[in-house]
Amino acid sequence: MSNDTLIKIDRVEGRGCVVRGDDVDTDRIIPARFMKEVTFDTMGEHAFEDARLAAKGEHPLDQERFHGSSILIVGQNFGCGSSREHAPQSLMRFGFNGFIGGSFAEIFFGNCTALGLPCATLSDADLASVMDSVELDPTQSIEIDVQASKVRCRAGEFEAGIPAGTRKMLLEGSWDATRVLLDAGDLIEQTAAGLPYVELPA
Amino acid sequence: MSDQAKSLFQKVWDAHTVRELPSGQTQLFIGTHLIHEVTSPQAFAMIRDLGVPVRFPNRTFATVDHIIPTDDQSRPFSDELAEAMMTELERNCRDHGIQFFGPESGAQGIVHVIGPELGLTQPGMTIACGDSHTATHGAFGAIAFGIGTSQVRDLLASQSMAIAPLKVRRIEVTGELQDGVFAKDVILAIIRELGVNGGVGYAYEYGGPVFDAMTMEERMTVCNMSIEGGARCGYVNPDQTTVDYLRGRKFAPAADFDAKAAEWLTLASDHGCHYDDVVTIDGSKIQPSVTWGIHPGHNLGVAEAIPGPNEVADDDRAGVEEALEYMDFAAGASIAGIPIDVAFIGSCTNGRISDLREAAKVAKTGRVKDGVRALVVPGSMAVQKQAEEEGLPEVFTAAGFQWREPGCSMCLAMNPDKLQGREVCASSSNRNFKGRQGSPSGRTLLMSPAMVAAAAIAGAVVDVRGVSNEN
Repeated sequence: MSNDTLIKIDRVEGRGCVVRGDDVDTDRIIPARFMKEVTFDTMGEHAFEDARLAAKGEHPLDQERFHGSSILIVGQNFGCGSSREHAPQSLMRFGFNGFIGGSFAEIFFGNCTALGLPCATLSDADLASVMDSVELDPTQSIEIDVQASKVRCRAGEFEAGIPAGTRKMLLEGSWDATRVLLDAGDLIEQTAAGLPYVELPA
Repeated sequence: MSDQAKSLFQKVWDAHTVRELPSGQTQLFIGTHLIHEVTSPQAFAMIRDLGVPVRFPNRTFATVDHIIPTDDQSRPFSDELAEAMMTELERNCRDHGIQFFGPESGAQGIVHVIGPELGLTQPGMTIACGDSHTATHGAFGAIAFGIGTSQVRDLLASQSMAIAPLKVRRIEVTGELQDGVFAKDVILAIIRELGVNGGVGYAYEYGGPVFDAMTMEERMTVCNMSIEGGARCGYVNPDQTTVDYLRGRKFAPAADFDAKAAEWLTLASDHGCHYDDVVTIDGSKIQPSVTWGIHPGHNLGVAEAIPGPNEVADDDRAGVEEALEYMDFAAGASIAGIPIDVAFIGSCTNGRISDLREAAKVAKTGRVKDGVRALVVPGSMAVQKQAEEEGLPEVFTAAGFQWREPGCSMCLAMNPDKLQGREVCASSSNRNFKGRQGSPSGRTLLMSPAMVAAAAIAGAVVDVRGVSNEN
C-alpha cells in the first residue's frame, strides 16, 4: 500500500457548537424517513431536522452564534441506537469534522473513525468547562489534538480520551480500513479455510 | 479458574482472527454477512470506486425489509424512493452473485428473522449486518455485530472488519419467570438495571435458569435488544434447544448434522472461564414492563408509577425531565391506564410466530377499542405462512386488528406505516426514541406483544395478567 493515499489526521480545529443533553440517538440525528436514498449526498440537509423544527430556530445548529462551527460538543452516550452511518455522514456533510463529548455510543464512534472524524471524550468537569466557555464565546477556536490527546480552548487545555488504537489509526491514516484489511491478502482465505462452515468461493 | 477455560466469545473470536492490526485492533473474519436495502447501496458504490470485487459472495446474503410496504407489495412500489432502493439492491445482488431473498423467493422478511429461520445463523459463526439489531443472531451462540456502511464496504471487499476486542459480561437471570412475563420484559429489566450505555465495550453473555428454559425465539428477543443496553453484541451459549431448532432448516448442515451439533455444543463457555464482569438478576421478580420515556431504559413494571426528576440519580435528572415533557406524562402517574391510539405488533424483536401466538391469545378475549388503529405485521413470509396455517389472521381480523405483509413496518416507519402527530403507540418493537415511529412528535410505549394486544383492546395500557386471568 502506498502511503501517499493515506490521509493522516493529527488535529482538527474550528469553532464549536454545543448540543446539550445525554443519550442523543441516531434517529434524532437523522430521522429514518430521510434515509430513503441510495447515496449519502442529501444527508447534510436533514441533520437534527425534527429536533430543529421542534426548537423553532432555537436549536444550536440554527443559532446564529454557532454558524460556521466545525466541532460538535455533546453530552453522554451520544449517537446511541441505530447503527446508521447516515448519522455521522449527515453531521459531516453539515460541516462538523470532530466531536467532543462525555461518551459516545460504540457503533457511532466506529462509524466516525471510519470517516476520519475524531471523537474525544472529556471528564464531566472538563466537558462542563468547555461547553460553558464555548457558549460564552462561540467565536473562539477549539482544537482536538489527536497527537497529544488534548482538547484546547480558551477555558484551558484538557486531557482527552481517544482510545489508543483509534488514535493510531487517525495518526497513521489507516482509519480508512479497506486497504489495510486487503493487505492481509491470502491470510483471509487461510482463516476462512479453518472454519467448519465456510466454503471458499469458486 | 483455568488458563485453558475460555468463554464462547473468546473461542469464536480466536477462530476468526485473521491478524492483529498495527492499530492494536483485530482483523476479524466475518463468516456471514447479511445485507439489506438501506445500508448497502453506498457500500456497493464504494467498492465500485475502489475497483474491488465482493470477496465472498457465497457468504453474503440479502433481503429487503426496511422500506417494503406492508399493504401492497406489488412492483413498482408506489413510493418511488423505496422502489429505487429495491431496484438498486436487486442490481447489486445480480452483479455480484449474491443470493437475494426477495418476495418472489418466498423467504423474504426482516433480516434478523429470516437468518435464523433459514438456518443461516448457526453457533460459532461471526455475523455482521448494517443494522444495530444484528445481535439477535447471538441467540445461537454466534458473535454478531451491527455495523455502519463503511464497514459494510470493508466486509464486501475483504469479508473482514477491524474491531477492538470486547470485554465479556455474564448476565445471569435466576429463578423462573412469572406468568404473563415474557422475554421482552427480561431484556427491558436488564436495560433498566444496567442502563442504556452500561454495555459499551462489552459483549453480553446471557445465561442462568431463565435462559436455559427459553425457546430460541425468546432468546432472540433478548439478544436483539442488547444494543439498547449499549452492548454491541449479546449471546446465549448453544444447548440442546439450539440444536433442536436448527435441525432440518434449509441452510443447516444436513448429512452430518449430528456431528456438527456435537461440535456446536463444545463452543459453550467453559466452566470457570474468565468474565470481566458478572451481574445477577432475580428473574422471579421481573414484571410485565412498559416504557414511559424516550429511551428503552425509561421502563417500569406495569403496576408502577412514572418517576419524577427527584426520584432518579443526578445524572438522569435532565433526561427524565426531557422525557416527561416530550411524552406529556405527569411524574407520579400510573403507567397503567395511559390511553393509546395505535397498537403495533411486529419487528425483529417481536415479529416471530410465538409472538403472534401470544398476541392472538389475548386478541381472542375482545375487540380492538374504537378509535385505536392496530397492526399485526409478521416478521417474514415464513412467519406469515405459519400464522395462516394456524388461523391467526382470522383471529386478529375478527378482533379488529389489521393483518399485514412482512417487513420492518412501524418499528422505524421507513415505509408508509407511520404514527400521525402526537399519537401514542403501544409497540412490540425496540426503540421509543423521539420521532422513531415516523411522526416527529409521536410517542412510543414499548412492551411485549401480549401487552400490546391487551392495550389495543382496552384502549389503554393494562396488565396482561388481568386479561388472561379473566378468561
